[in-house]
Amino acid sequence: MYGWLWRQLPGPLPVRTLIAVLALAAVLLLLFTVVFPYVETLLPFNDVTVDEG
Amino acid sequence: MTTTSRTRAAVPPSPRRGPAGLQVLGEVLLTLGVLLLLFCVYEVYGTNLVTAREQRELAQDLTETWAAPAAPTAPDRPQAREPPLGRAFARLYLPRLDGSDPLVVVQGVSVPDLKKGPGHLPGSALPGELGNLVVSGHRTTYGAPFSDLDRLRDGDAIVVETRDSWFTYRVTGTQIVLPSAIEVTYPVPGRQGAAPTSRLVTLTTCNPKFSARERLIVRGQLEARRPTSDGRPPALAEA
Repeated sequence: MYGWLWRQLPGPLPVRTLIAVLALAAVLLLLFTVVFPYVETLLPFNDVTVDEG
Repeated sequence: MTTTSRTRAAVPPSPRRGPAGLQVLGEVLLTLGVLLLLFCVYEVYGTNLVTAREQRELAQDLTETWAAPAAPTAPDRPQAREPPLGRAFARLYLPRLDGSDPLVVVQGVSVPDLKKGPGHLPGSALPGELGNLVVSGHRTTYGAPFSDLDRLRDGDAIVVETRDSWFTYRVTGTQIVLPSAIEVTYPVPGRQGAAPTSRLVTLTTCNPKFSARERLIVRGQLEARRPTSDGRPPALAEA
């Protein structure tokens, strides 16, 4: 899977490496700003008040 | 086996040996493992960074609000005495747990409010008022301000600093209740609609840690009020 992805990247080795690093950074940013905050709402860590629910 | 090798010869050579399906499965599983680890990193460190930044902003908010002249209060609109939701409310000190380091309490107990710090339940008593000052906070993640609330003992100080006063409360008891136990937040805890005669504080958080099964409740009663012009209360020096 990763081997296939790597072979899809264009250009010589330094360019490929740069693209791979940028793609990885974009994925991490998406995870930490969108995916993880959403997943967290499904977990009980935020329930600290007493309420009718 | 020979069939596999013949099929392989037709496609570009793979950098690794072994059936391609298994390799993809392995990579997917490894990726899932890394994702789970990253999520733990986010919960344990990332959320703390979020809260640390919010606490700095709230502290700044308080400093600016308290430096400005007090807005005239409208006696007919008691809610106006409380800051808007999400804004800084007061400073809270738990000397046994944090020494003299304050937590900045935010107005409101919604999920976004509590990411900033412990939250004041809107409509519950203001510091020093007759009734019940209710403050909720995270036990885990988001700075975990109430992580060690179970270590508070009867007689420990809970100090609240407002624009013009220090209020020193003393812990009178700790309880584990169900999440639905809203009666602990009543002005007279446990008695709906009763007129308050004492000045209480109630801290709530989740229990046990990383669970939402129960709530940990710490209750205190007002011991002393001190104008800020008289300096910091001696209870802050208790450890």
